[in-house]
Amino acid sequence: MSYTTTANHDEHHDHPTGIMRWLTTTNHKDIGTMYLTFSLIMFLVGGAMILAVRAELFQPGLQLMQPEFYNQLIGVHALVMIFAALMPAATGFANWMLPLQIGAPDMALPRLNNWGFWLLPPAAILLTLPFTLAMFGIGDGAIATGWTFYAPLSIQGGMGVDFAIFSVHLLGISSVLGSINVIVTILNMRTPGMTLMKMPMFAWSWLVTAFLLIATIPVLAGAVTMLLTDRHFGTHFFDAAGGGDPILFQHLFWFFGHPEVYIVLLPIWGFMPQILQTFSRKPMYGYKAQVISLWAIGALALVVWAHHFFTVGMPVPALLYFMYSTMAISLPLAVLFFCWIATIWKGSLSFETPMLFAIGWIVLFGIGGLTGLVLADVAADAQYHHSYFVVAHFHYTLFAGGMMGVMAGVYYWLPKMTGHMFSERLGKLHFWLTAISFNLTFIPQFFLGLAGMPRRIPDYALQFAEFNAISTVAAFVLGLSQLIFVYNIVSCVRGGKKATDRVWEGAEGLEWTLPSPPPYHSFTEQPIVK
Amino acid sequence: MSSQSHNGNHYYVPNPVAYPVIMSAGLLTLATGFIFNINNFAAGKQMMMVGALVIIAMIFKWMGAVISECQNGLYKKWEDKSFRVGMIVFICSEVAFFAAFFGALFFMRVISIPELASYDPQFTMYKDFTDAWPSAGPGGVVLGKEYVAAKFSPMAAWGLPAINTFLLLTSGATVTWAHWGLMKNNRKQLVIGLFLTVALGIAFLLCQAAEYHEAYTEMGLTLGAGAYGASFFMLTGFHGFHVMLGTLMLIVILFRSMKGHFDADHHFGFEGVAWYWHFVDVVWLGLFVFVYWL
Ligand code: HEM
Ligand SMILES: [Cu+2]
Repeated sequence: MSYTTTANHDEHHDHPTGIMRWLTTTNHKDIGTMYLTFSLIMFLVGGAMILAVRAELFQPGLQLMQPEFYNQLIGVHALVMIFAALMPAATGFANWMLPLQIGAPDMALPRLNNWGFWLLPPAAILLTLPFTLAMFGIGDGAIATGWTFYAPLSIQGGMGVDFAIFSVHLLGISSVLGSINVIVTILNMRTPGMTLMKMPMFAWSWLVTAFLLIATIPVLAGAVTMLLTDRHFGTHFFDAAGGGDPILFQHLFWFFGHPEVYIVLLPIWGFMPQILQTFSRKPMYGYKAQVISLWAIGALALVVWAHHFFTVGMPVPALLYFMYSTMAISLPLAVLFFCWIATIWKGSLSFETPMLFAIGWIVLFGIGGLTGLVLADVAADAQYHHSYFVVAHFHYTLFAGGMMGVMAGVYYWLPKMTGHMFSERLGKLHFWLTAISFNLTFIPQFFLGLAGMPRRIPDYALQFAEFNAISTVAAFVLGLSQLIFVYNIVSCVRGGKKATDRVWEGAEGLEWTLPSPPPYHSFTEQPIVK
Repeated sequence: MSSQSHNGNHYYVPNPVAYPVIMSAGLLTLATGFIFNINNFAAGKQMMMVGALVIIAMIFKWMGAVISECQNGLYKKWEDKSFRVGMIVFICSEVAFFAAFFGALFFMRVISIPELASYDPQFTMYKDFTDAWPSAGPGGVVLGKEYVAAKFSPMAAWGLPAINTFLLLTSGATVTWAHWGLMKNNRKQLVIGLFLTVALGIAFLLCQAAEYHEAYTEMGLTLGAGAYGASFFMLTGFHGFHVMLGTLMLIVILFRSMKGHFDADHHFGFEGVAWYWHFVDVVWLGLFVFVYWL
């Protein structure tokens, strides 16, 4: 490869404007912007759903909705948050930043890239359409099985299950396309001199993410296909009368489902050390150790799935195996934590909004990981399984570890993307409100779970009333605080103080060598990395 | 689309394009139509038709655009490598898809059926059920639906399936032979090799159709025949679907070869299809061993 390379279709900017620009674009930044915008919208949609749920849980008894509708809300909330908010956010960052960080003219397969995004809105429509159809008397609403689709409940369920199955198919195609694109971009588009071990951590983490997606998304597709044929075409995959087994579904689902939790987090583990090093003004600690840990986690993630159903009745050797392998994941994860903390150790720290989120993220995500270890203990899990303890655990990982990580990324890169600074004051306010109300929402849920409150039930015993009331009030504060986030983003896109190229004093990496916002075609000449 | 030439490489970034978004709309229509159809709501079939037509039209347009860009020399070594890596990753994802169904087959054979047969007769509703394979399960009422375990005869490996193995393996050889022709710039060998491959692919599909017909009409082997029927038809069915796609792609490649496309050092289109075909071949070997034979 020669040293001077350009993006094709250059100066004459022959791309359409208005809505057509977005429908037809092959530009990685446009597509990245669409992913991120979609993610933000779906974050609000999923949030609204769960606030309705929290409102119902404010008091014992049924006040606002029937159990069927409650079940639909929690299932669709989870699917929306995981597939339509977290995953697209990660892909949006990949689109925006990977080519900038590795000095590529664009993503490797731009048309597929466009398709990958435009599969998402149809998938979101499929997921939520049954709500609307039910209002017109067609079908009985959305999927009501929770996001896990467990058979036989999902076999009995109504048309909403079919919609969710096809939604998952579209989301799956989108993820596979996105992964292909990321892998090819990283392997084939790096600027001369950028060897693999010189890549930004974000590129490494996305490589592992893409590997996990390629290995597991098709298995999910297979599982829901079997569900579809069990529902409508007479097969007996999940039906003991035909020699099948409902537990088979759990195996297939969690073979995907467990890696999925790393799929949504790995990209964040990639850019978080970059944020930490920026605001500590010293290089990240343990680059090599982090790369190895990411791959170790990626590999282990594929072989621990059954810890999600320890209580289902597995042979003891299987229980032991899945317990120890699950606990083994915490070793590389601990290495990562160590590296993050060592990165800020004795640095000259400053606490701009992205850094606040990053520090808060380390603490809160740490709680998520530690409570995971508790759940990984087979004997203890017999008590905690399917209780609110699990709900609290995975919100410390997915909301704090996931969403707050994404927020850190948004604040970190927004000035680069828009060319404007956001309001630090609102950003800090957003952080503190989020961090405090998040803890107030979910700490009570740990106690509720320990005390025996089951998840996914719209009513509960009287002794749980106080903690639920606290949790609901805090959840509303948490939800409303996100409006500050939205406002801050919108006004930053609209205008604000001009951002410099480097934006943050300590920022290192190719993306900070370009103007803010970067030109439509980032690198007319590939930069050379020494 | 034009590019300003520096002294080095350019990466080709295609112009804005509407095919993907239209294709997605087609998929949405197809999926919704299908759901309406299986749930007995009106207009399902019509929506499916429209969706499918849109998708097919877009595939034609999109692939047409790719082929003309290729013929106009817009893809060079750099782009070529992207396509190659991309195709390999795509095939890996297909492997994972089949793995799910093989996994289901092994799970039912090795875990769920032996377990169903292992319960103490006093405490099970499946008293007379014995652990054997092939099996259609013990039968019984599940979710309010009565299922009488199907009586069927399993598909013997050494009839049509063995012939199909022979057909596919031969087709793997002919496509490689065609590739050699291309490398030696022997166009005749290229075209004949591809033609034979297509013919073998079609022959395979016809045999499979005959096999399915026999299964349904004479052997009592249906999709509803418990664990065996489900895994048999889903595995061989998805495989057959992939053979069909592969054959269609081979036909495209055949026509392109006849038109003089591809040369010895520029033929990703050919190789991508050939790889796909070999992949389909390997999956078949797995099917032959684990579904038909053992
Ligand atoms: C060392 C770290 C971790 C360990 C040992 C661990 C362990 C576990 C275990 C054993 C369960 C099952 C609990 C039950 O249902 O009884 C569980 C549930 C869950 N975990 Fe973790 N976990 C860890 C980290 C994470 C991370 C990083 C994420 C996400 C990003 C995550 C997301 C989830 C989710 C979503 C569930 C619940 C799924 C459901 O049932 O709907 N966990 N975890
Ligand atoms: Cu897990």
